[in-house]
Amino acid sequence: MTTAHQNGTRVWQLILAWGFVGIPLAWGVAQTIANAIKLFQ
Amino acid sequence: MDSTVQTDSVGAFGFLARSRTIAKPGFNRWMVPPAALCVHLCIGQAYAFSVFNLPMTKLVGIGQSAPDDWNLPALGWIFSIAIFVLGFSAAIFGRWVEEGGPRRAMFTAALCWAGGFLISAIGVYVHNIWVVYVGYGLVGGCGLGIGYISPVSTLIKWFPDRPGMATGMAIMGFGGGAFIASPLSVWLMSKFSTSTHIGVAETFLAMGAIYLVFMMVGAFLVRVPAPGWKPEGYTEPVQASKLITKSDVYVYDSPRTPQFWLIWAVLCINVTAGIGVLGQASAMSQEMFPGRVSAVAAAGFVGLMSLFNMAGRFFWASTSDYIGRKNTYLIFMVLGFVMYCAVPYTGSIGSVPLFVLCFLVIISMYGGGFATVPAYLKDMFGTRYVGAIHGLLITAWSMAGIFGPVLVNYIREYNIAHGVPKAQAYNVTMYIMAGLLFVGFFCNLLIKAVNSRFHMQPQDEGGALSTAAAAGAERAAQLTGKTA
Repeated sequence: MTTAHQNGTRVWQLILAWGFVGIPLAWGVAQTIANAIKLFQ
Repeated sequence: MDSTVQTDSVGAFGFLARSRTIAKPGFNRWMVPPAALCVHLCIGQAYAFSVFNLPMTKLVGIGQSAPDDWNLPALGWIFSIAIFVLGFSAAIFGRWVEEGGPRRAMFTAALCWAGGFLISAIGVYVHNIWVVYVGYGLVGGCGLGIGYISPVSTLIKWFPDRPGMATGMAIMGFGGGAFIASPLSVWLMSKFSTSTHIGVAETFLAMGAIYLVFMMVGAFLVRVPAPGWKPEGYTEPVQASKLITKSDVYVYDSPRTPQFWLIWAVLCINVTAGIGVLGQASAMSQEMFPGRVSAVAAAGFVGLMSLFNMAGRFFWASTSDYIGRKNTYLIFMVLGFVMYCAVPYTGSIGSVPLFVLCFLVIISMYGGGFATVPAYLKDMFGTRYVGAIHGLLITAWSMAGIFGPVLVNYIREYNIAHGVPKAQAYNVTMYIMAGLLFVGFFCNLLIKAVNSRFHMQPQDEGGALSTAAAAGAERAAQLTGKTA
């Protein structure tokens, strides 16, 4: 894997980018699971 | 390898040019999947469009439908047009996407997708459904098609060691987009609605704005690898697999190969089998287990299926990197055949858990089929035009979108009309789906390496090939005279 160089990608940039897409997705999945569990009870 | 045909934009839109997206040394390739997800999570909203259907039947009457309100069949066309345009825009614009680079494609997709919402908002405001058809269906559908294929070849180039996993991540986003869009739409409509007004138009405007920002972030994050770039420590296998080519096939040469149509058939069959039950899962579970599966439990079952649809995209595409694309589809066909044959049995013994298990496996393979196919195309046709070839192949999805629901709905109605109990009305359909997968098994089995006469020659590289004739009269004669 390509590693971050001094002038390359920083770790915080990676976290920011993945958080930008990961948080909304996790929220949506959590909503769906919560509904699914509630409905099966 | 990446000596791409330069069709770079100039002037104010120069930042969209492929040459401006070439990654500098030190760029981490793990920045690219989030860029792809920015696009796919947005366009995946299409799967959640049905949340607008009921509110849009009460735009005039508010509390209940008025005679001037739109009806559900008319509203159903919005999604159908969008999916139809998705397939054909991906096919038509595939080469343009491939040659212009991912940023220009993502930027265009963002404008189309957000523009589609804006036009649809106007359509809802003036209460003219044709404006919504043009907005969401036509303009938005172009955004769907261009956006869907925009990151495919870029991801494959960044992850030559794990192409299945890379494209699986992006296409998983398309499956996951509905998870965000569905609750977001409901929440926005609740905020914009009053006792005298349903806030669909405002919700469309808000979602268009949100998606525009989100997709633009993806367009600016995305980078293509520098020519000759390889991951650190990665060496291409010396002894290449027979089913993984190192050569490239020109986009408009690919439909001349039997491999293209065999993969087309495999994808079409896999999607037909999945899409038919996906749309009917709620009704099917309640009718096969009357009194045991309530409408509420069925809705939870549909939610679980959507989760497995999304997870299957990542799981199966990643698995294909280890076991091979052909073997992955063999599993889809064989396991799918067993599962479809088992569904009537689960109904006869009254086992809800087994029924649920069968469908969760089936739907994971439905998603897996979508996610694994870009890597399959890369193995067959090389990386150069894989995104554009993927665009052509997506027409299989459009066809399956017609076949699947028709098979399930019409056979069920035919059975019920001929006195078959509702609990058994789906059995014939399940066996037909199993039969289709049996055919798909042989289509997949027939897939061999593409004949080398279809491979692009060194002189083709960098030149704007308009047709196969550019490769030379001799080769053109071969193409028209023989098949692989």
